[in-house]
Amino acid sequence: MAAHTVRVRRPWGVVPTGLLLLGALYCLFPVCWVLIAATKSPGELFTTSTLAFGTGFFDNVAELFAYRDGVFWLWAGNTLLYAGGGALLSTAVSAVSGYALAKYRFPGRNLIFNLLIGGILVPSVVLAIPQYLLFSKIGLADSHWAVLLPQILHPYGIYLARVYATAAIPDSMLEAGRIDGASEGRLMTRVALPMMVPGMVTIFLFQFVAIWNNFLLPFIMLGDDGKFPLTVGLYTLLAAGANQPALYNLILTGAFLSLIPLIVLFLTMQRYWKTDLSSGAVK
Amino acid sequence: MRANRLGAALAVVLTVTLASCASGEPADGTGAAQSPTAAGSGPVKLTYWTWAPNMDKIVAVWNQAHPDIQVTVSKQAGGDDAAAKFLTAAKAGNPPELVQAEYQHLPSFIAADAVADLKAETAPVKGEFTEGLWGLVTLGTNAVYGIPQDSGPMMLFYREDLFDKYGIEVPKTWQEYAEAARTVRKKDPKVFLGTFSSKDPGAFTGLAQQAGAQWWSISGESWKVNVADEPTRKVADYWGALVKEGVIDDMPYFTPEWNKALNDGTLLTWPSAVWAPGVLSSNAPKAKGKWAVAPLPQWNAGESHSGFWGGSSTAVSAKTPHKAAAVQFATWLNTDPQAIGLLVKEAAIYPAATKAQSSLGQAPDYFANQADFWQQAAAVSAGARGFTFGPNVGVTYNAFKDGFDQALRDGTPFSQAVQGMQDATVADMRKSGFQLAS
Repeated sequence: MAAHTVRVRRPWGVVPTGLLLLGALYCLFPVCWVLIAATKSPGELFTTSTLAFGTGFFDNVAELFAYRDGVFWLWAGNTLLYAGGGALLSTAVSAVSGYALAKYRFPGRNLIFNLLIGGILVPSVVLAIPQYLLFSKIGLADSHWAVLLPQILHPYGIYLARVYATAAIPDSMLEAGRIDGASEGRLMTRVALPMMVPGMVTIFLFQFVAIWNNFLLPFIMLGDDGKFPLTVGLYTLLAAGANQPALYNLILTGAFLSLIPLIVLFLTMQRYWKTDLSSGAVK
Repeated sequence: MRANRLGAALAVVLTVTLASCASGEPADGTGAAQSPTAAGSGPVKLTYWTWAPNMDKIVAVWNQAHPDIQVTVSKQAGGDDAAAKFLTAAKAGNPPELVQAEYQHLPSFIAADAVADLKAETAPVKGEFTEGLWGLVTLGTNAVYGIPQDSGPMMLFYREDLFDKYGIEVPKTWQEYAEAARTVRKKDPKVFLGTFSSKDPGAFTGLAQQAGAQWWSISGESWKVNVADEPTRKVADYWGALVKEGVIDDMPYFTPEWNKALNDGTLLTWPSAVWAPGVLSSNAPKAKGKWAVAPLPQWNAGESHSGFWGGSSTAVSAKTPHKAAAVQFATWLNTDPQAIGLLVKEAAIYPAATKAQSSLGQAPDYFANQADFWQQAAAVSAGARGFTFGPNVGVTYNAFKDGFDQALRDGTPFSQAVQGMQDATVADMRKSGFQLAS
């Protein structure tokens, strides 16, 4: 009987691992494909086997950096500005709003929160064109602000911050602070926000990745190619007109290079994330 | 592939939203991009949206010579998305002063009142272009909505070495082309003479133009739509029969497997436009020197017709207060010998101006084996006929893709897909409020 149960359980125990491995393969395969394709010279790209490494990686990189006098770096800088700046501002706004919504009772609190929940359900893609028309009206279209501002208020980030603040900051702690005579501002900056850091890291990563990958908003908002982020910039290489050879090798190399900062960010931030989560668990 | 789907989705999002707010948005024309104008105070500043490569270098030459009219190039992504983006910007009131407009998208710009009529300003340069090309920027009306920049007359590109190997003559008529397709299959069942792409409405449009199709026309205030006319059905049925017989492949152009076939010699011809060397040199670098060009096969022996696949014009935004300066620049860019020389050299375009076409010298590097490449192109260009495009080409093209995809999948007749294009086009124009003549 015992042998029987063991035999039945074993295969089931493998299933979750197997599913996860499949999931990992599903997620990592495209990345590997980009990596391999980025190493191929134009001549190898369509002629060699899909999974065989090519010999042109460094030529591709050099060619990409030389393309239009190094416009790649300008686009990379723009992306960093949009993603880094946008994610920082968005995290700050989300943390403060989430904290206020979690810990203060004021008229209209539930209304605001419900509106935010509703906001989560509206895909940002749908808002891009109305936002463009609005920004045109106030004269901000085709400026850096046109891409930054719409990303700062992020309903999902506020929602996360509120949930996190509710769970992570005990009311008794704030009470103790008030009894000791701390002002509300001091309570927030010295007591509440430090406890919310793991949540804020999550929000920052979410927003950073979302803005890094965002295509439609900058595509519509920006006319000046000097303000393009990488996504829109690389797209101009792809759709360069029918009479042009599409610069596939540069696009692939550009796509691959633009992945690296995201990978680095995740690996470094992840450590930060884990320590805080586990230190909370021990307490 | 991904980019195509993304592009299609984009175009849908943009057009849907545009349509839904078409009436609600007062266009006040005081866009942020435009500098305040005061006569005589500083140079006029113009923005130019284009996707032609190295256009900034060409414009630098203009800027140097014209300190009072300074043009800034904003390099955009080309294709259908570029048109949607320009329409959105025009609707929001801050379009660029100058825009590269593909011939098939120009009517949608006109329908949205986004581009200016340049009739008076362009009268002196009308003679620089063939009637067929000029018709693409007038739509057969009295107005002129752009200055032709480049053109894409269609020719037959073929693997010269493999034609010799299989003992095939270059087909002069489409009947001979069909015969050659059968011969090839008999000699080597792995090889196809050609393929019919259900993803490239532009190519099909060019072939229909060659056969004499007239999909749209304007009479007075109303449009006439005749996508399923006799020449178009003839072209569709011709390819449909060959695909059904199994002698012509059905893989789409610009896909990895198509690139591979171009390289390894399992695809022998590509009826394409004059810009094909650019595509071939990047997608089939290994076959360099093995391809050659000939005029398209004809429907009747002895004719010399062709159609257009691609090509674009320079249009001027309707809202700009700097129309005169913008037209001056656009005229220079597309008719001045120096400018055209730069367009050919730096942007690798096939110029629309007739004189420039005949003065092209050295064959493209990829076609080094064919010294008379440009002479052939100029001869074909002279016999190329286009037609008036309608205001909703995007809808027609999408119907092409849906219809022909389905026809290939289910083996239904191609003429049915053509009828689907006609029905979708008419339905959409009715919905958008265009007057249709029956």
